[in-house]
Amino acid sequence: MASTSKDVPTSPSGHDNTDDDLEPGASYDSILNPTDSFEEFATEMNTSLERSRDLTKKSSTISEIQSEIGECSKELKETKSSDNLQNKDEAISASTSNSNLDENGEDTDNEDDYLKSPELVNKEKHVFILSSAGKPIYSRYGNEDKLAGVCGVIQALVSVVEEQNRDILRSIITKDCKAVFLVKGPLILVAVSKSNESETQLVLQLTYAFNQIVSVLTLTQLNRIFEQRRNYDLRRLLSGAERLIDNLLIFMEKDPAFLLGAVRCLPLPEKVRENITNAIISTCHKIRDLVFAILIAGNQLITLVRMKKYTLHPSDIHLLFNLVRSSESFKTAESWTPICLPKFDATGFLHGHVSYISEDCQACLLLLTVQRDAFYPLSQAKHTISDKLRRSNCLTAINDALNRSKDLPTTNPLKHIGIPEIRHFMYKCKSTAQLFTSDPICLDRLQDYRQRHKEGGDVVKKKVEKLSDIDYVRNYREFCSKMHCACSPAKLIFRSNSLDTVLAWITNGFELYVTFDPLMEKDQAIRAVDRLLRWIKNEEKRIFIMNAPTF
Amino acid sequence: MAQSSNGTNNFKVVLLGEGCVGKTSILLRYIEDKFNEKHLSTLQATFLNKKLNINGKRINLSIWDTAGQERFHALGPIYYRNSNGAILVYDITDQYSFVKVKNWVKELKKMLGSDIVLAIAGNKIDLDHERAVSLEEATQYAEQVGAKHYHTSAKINEGVEELFLNLTRDMLERYESKKQTEVTRSSRVLVVDDEAPPPSSCCSSFMGA
Ligand SMILES: Nc1nc2c(ncn2[C@@H]2O[C@H](COP(=O)(O)OP(=O)(O)OP(=O)(O)O)[C@@H](O)[C@H]2O)c(=O)[nH]1
Ligand SMILES: [Mg+2]
Repeated sequence: MASTSKDVPTSPSGHDNTDDDLEPGASYDSILNPTDSFEEFATEMNTSLERSRDLTKKSSTISEIQSEIGECSKELKETKSSDNLQNKDEAISASTSNSNLDENGEDTDNEDDYLKSPELVNKEKHVFILSSAGKPIYSRYGNEDKLAGVCGVIQALVSVVEEQNRDILRSIITKDCKAVFLVKGPLILVAVSKSNESETQLVLQLTYAFNQIVSVLTLTQLNRIFEQRRNYDLRRLLSGAERLIDNLLIFMEKDPAFLLGAVRCLPLPEKVRENITNAIISTCHKIRDLVFAILIAGNQLITLVRMKKYTLHPSDIHLLFNLVRSSESFKTAESWTPICLPKFDATGFLHGHVSYISEDCQACLLLLTVQRDAFYPLSQAKHTISDKLRRSNCLTAINDALNRSKDLPTTNPLKHIGIPEIRHFMYKCKSTAQLFTSDPICLDRLQDYRQRHKEGGDVVKKKVEKLSDIDYVRNYREFCSKMHCACSPAKLIFRSNSLDTVLAWITNGFELYVTFDPLMEKDQAIRAVDRLLRWIKNEEKRIFIMNAPTF
Repeated sequence: MAQSSNGTNNFKVVLLGEGCVGKTSILLRYIEDKFNEKHLSTLQATFLNKKLNINGKRINLSIWDTAGQERFHALGPIYYRNSNGAILVYDITDQYSFVKVKNWVKELKKMLGSDIVLAIAGNKIDLDHERAVSLEEATQYAEQVGAKHYHTSAKINEGVEELFLNLTRDMLERYESKKQTEVTRSSRVLVVDDEAPPPSSCCSSFMGA
């Protein structure tokens, strides 16, 4: 299940790879796996009743790497022994979790009242996760303990359709609400939404939520737990990780990167990015067990260096972004954490050294290895890398980009492009799975949404005067689902009305969504799009990662 | 282990204990003198350095703050292996968290013998009115397993500095007495003072001239 790129010989610098005939941002090598999230959806929907347990059967990429570097037998043994420890521990803590349940048992009677409480009513989108035995695991709002009844109903619906009709329950649609169901492994995931997101988009979000759980536990452990005890209360193993799911759900609603299955890059001068990459390669090329070195800042990728043969799937990167965003920590601390990247290898953990590059630069470095006790050498490597970056002024360049310094053409692209009729655009280069939008959602503002979300998440009918980038993205959702509609996908949509004009266009190489002033003429819009694409091509080396460096 | 490089003693300390007892809070108070009401469970283990001075000796503490969540339990050995000291934290209002401390003590003794200095910290003493673990039980247990017992509150900043300071003193003491026994055992130990200039060779004196 690993994403293995055909081992194309990579040239050390991206220059030779770029080609004037290619779409803006396209290059022959890609660090990312260019799979479309909608293709994935299609596979998802084709899974038959026999649930996809075979997910784990395919060979593990991690053990493949381990055997290549000669670590295999040792690591396997270690995992075994730690499993034993864990079982022992389960016995000890069983008592507490029981008492927990008793406490809440009495609340079930009042559940009807609870369902009408402001904690739950009038939310734009609910997400529930439960075990296939109907035990609550996660609820986006409210207290899942008090939702045992709801979970029971969901479980009953799913299993009635499955057992009596030999069919799969996909969705229930009412006048103003969609309920979308996804049964995956031992879990049932449900989204109940009043938003304009399509069924497909909701299923994708549920898949992400599932992958987030896998990322914490691995699929192997998840399946094994429920094989051993169908009635297991998974919250015990997930405690602390609810926050990751909470944040992921917010993140997915706001950031078009999820909508398009692409990764946003921090715009940087080509030379700076090259220096950063080289600093990482020269420091790490001797560390044999290192699989990926990833530098990110503000939910944007700065660079990714990888072990030959392996690329990352955008959705795995999104989970890493989410992890970093959700872990507030000491400024100077280094973290060491097991991470499962479901697309890379759902059966095992990579081990990650995670730290901010320095106190004065909020770029976060992730060093992912197959070696569970490699902390100290990686810590050493991190310090070497951050020294090198400081000496070569790369930290300043990163900070300039993050602070959106006025001198940079990418800080306010619309102004720089100089087509006043364009209000907003987003562009995805398909072959490299990278994204650029006219108004990058910055980290602070996302945090702001989180604040608002805590008390809210309610359906609001507001009169919008000035749209924010997130409102534009909301509007694109409908276009996006028409473009990707499985039965009759569109190549080009042009819609002009008194509010705005939207053009959505998909070619073999890219996906483009543009919002113009109202009542634009079609050929005028197309001329503007031409200029826009030329600008992106012109700036491509700054806004995209055009090569695929390896150690 | 405590190696002396350029005269600094390096000690490794690990914080262990049930989730939500206040391990991260204790450390945050110690390192940045801050307190956070929100519980953001540590999702992994976090590594930090703290430099301090005891009796003119320069000391660097390398501290691991671990996650209390059950799913990380199996990873414990990565963090406590090679540790010179462990701080086992419980929440005085939570009896179960004290049971957890006992389990950690057992595991540490089994895996590391008595090589490690143990400190048991009853945290959240600002909530003394909700106390669920009796002072007597806790101190008695600590004594029985050869650990020192401390009372802390990360919230009102009580006992935190003292906890780390005393633990460090104990580790230093343990380290020096061990060094002593090694010295007496083998009389031919070469003590190199790192502060001293490198032994002069003909080459270096030539360069100096
Ligand atoms: N009243 C009081 N609350 C405290 C004290 N120390 C920590 N807390 C609170 O207890 C909660 C848990 O604190 P953390 O430091 O995150 O706990 P932890 O042991 O690191 O938890 P994990 O990382 O999940 O293992 C937080 O809400 C803190 O605000 C204290 O001394 N007094
Ligand atoms: Mg913590």
